Amino acid sequence: MASDLSDLYQEILLEHNRRPRNFKTLDDPTHQADGFNPLCGDQISLQLKVGDDKVHDVGFQGHGSAISRASASLLTQAVKGATSDETMAMFDEFHKMLTEPDAELDIDLLGDLEMLAGVIAYPTRIKCAILAWHTLKAAMDGENVATTE
Amino acid sequence: MTTAINTPGAPGRDGSGQAHGLDVIDPHRIRQDFPILHQEVNGKPLVYLDNAATTQKPQSVIDAISNYYLHNNANVHRGVHTLSQRATDDYEAGREAVRRFINAPDANEVIYVRGTTEGLNLVASSYGRKYFKAGDEVIITGMEHHSNIVPWQILGKEIGIRLRVVPFNDDGELLMDEYEAMLNDRTRMVSVVHQSNALGTVNPIPEMVELAHAHGIPVMVDAAQSIPHMPVDVQALGADFLTFSGHKMYGPTGIGALWGRAELLDDMPPYQSGGEMIRSVTFEETIYNTLPHKFEAGTPDIAGAIGLGAAVEYLESIGMERIAAYEQALLRYGTERLDGIEGVRMIGTAEEKGGVLSFYMEAAHPHDIGTILDSEGIAVRTGHHCAQPVMARYGIPATVRASLAFYNTTDDIDALVKAIDRVIEVFG
Ligand SMILES: Cc1ncc(COP(=O)(O)O)c(C=O)c1O
Repeated sequence: MASDLSDLYQEILLEHNRRPRNFKTLDDPTHQADGFNPLCGDQISLQLKVGDDKVHDVGFQGHGSAISRASASLLTQAVKGATSDETMAMFDEFHKMLTEPDAELDIDLLGDLEMLAGVIAYPTRIKCAILAWHTLKAAMDGENVATTE
Repeated sequence: MTTAINTPGAPGRDGSGQAHGLDVIDPHRIRQDFPILHQEVNGKPLVYLDNAATTQKPQSVIDAISNYYLHNNANVHRGVHTLSQRATDDYEAGREAVRRFINAPDANEVIYVRGTTEGLNLVASSYGRKYFKAGDEVIITGMEHHSNIVPWQILGKEIGIRLRVVPFNDDGELLMDEYEAMLNDRTRMVSVVHQSNALGTVNPIPEMVELAHAHGIPVMVDAAQSIPHMPVDVQALGADFLTFSGHKMYGPTGIGALWGRAELLDDMPPYQSGGEMIRSVTFEETIYNTLPHKFEAGTPDIAGAIGLGAAVEYLESIGMERIAAYEQALLRYGTERLDGIEGVRMIGTAEEKGGVLSFYMEAAHPHDIGTILDSEGIAVRTGHHCAQPVMARYGIPATVRASLAFYNTTDDIDALVKAIDRVIEVFG
């Protein structure tokens, strides 16, 4: 882990941690799931409102590290308005960004999610960053629980 | 590097009593015995403060293990040949070293196990299944490691026993009145941690034993965190069973010991079965071997036992009284330094406690703190420390835990404090 700490804790990431977007519960979610990272006790609940194959609204609750919180916040921004195919494509790209060094990435697809790219240098933290995405996938697949183990 | 006792300027070193004890050990000499400590991590000198998870190994332990594999490797208690005799002698010398270390009356009462977890499971399984029946009660405390909760819970589901849990106050001290009130004629066992891994609290074992024995109730002690850091004398404690792990006392992983009173162990059924634990087998009947072999089925961790013996000898060469005095002084120093940082909340502030500095910061999640500390070369544990009920008691998900050993220095504490300043810088 030779990477500079400031690559990981970028100011904008810390800002998402302090003031997460869509940190709310939905009144009438169509999909929802809870995610756990048993290793560090991170826990999130994710709710989605999907109709006509589009994510109309998304909200999350829970507690966890700055990485997992900011990642969840960024996720909600990214998937709002996306189709389920687009959402899954983002999941795959995000996963690739965190697990395959030197992979060629679709920067346009990732958008703001790219600010978590530095996590790849911190193997113990990848699960924190990916928790929200596993939870999203579980919700979309109609499963109610996701864990990173 | 300056020596621990002569560095001016920091609190607790003014000779006014706060620093008392730091001069009983020269940690810089001790550090020469631990090769692993002399390395850089992330470009910084390693500061190892995760001793409650596992301790580092002195050269003498490493040598004892490699010596066994290089020169004496053979199975124990089986062969008439020379190597087997050497291996058996060294394996049994480890047992005798453990007996001496904990002042047990008889080496046959010392059973090698994989570690504390197995020691606790052995007693729950063997003693519990033989003696407990529906409606019986087992008392533990609210600060147990999961390994002293789950085996009793499983037994509880199987047999229908009830687990009673002694609560503790905000400082992390057991409420002894509540404990006393829990003891009754349905209680079959008290199983209690000597020193809490999450809080550092040292529980009043002799007092708890006396109260339990007044009701004829046996007491099991989880000494995983106490045995590396203070003199532990099973006769002075008055306990009936006591267990610990080699790897937390500067010995290898995969080995530990369970001590129990012979009269209790003798009447207990074997925990596992196979070779070594039997005296004679026909297809009709098996006659069990005597203690300790009855509980040591199969080929044991011979190298581990020899390494454990070497760890005991190493600790004896320094002296547990001295180790305890030094670590207490370092704990006072660390507590004072951390207490002085705004936004740091210490978790576990018992009057009687060992070298555990567990803390929580509102500004940053423990996992993020752990990452920042690691980037400064500092190893701490973050998480629930396998003691989730303790975290729940304080309403927090996790803590950061710096845990001390006698090779740690005030410089290590200063590095920790400096890194926490860095956390505050990042998280504001
Ligand atoms: C108090 C306590 N009990 C039991 C254990 C379990 O020890 P082991 O994992 O070596 O079996 C630990 C280890 O963390 C501990 O701290």
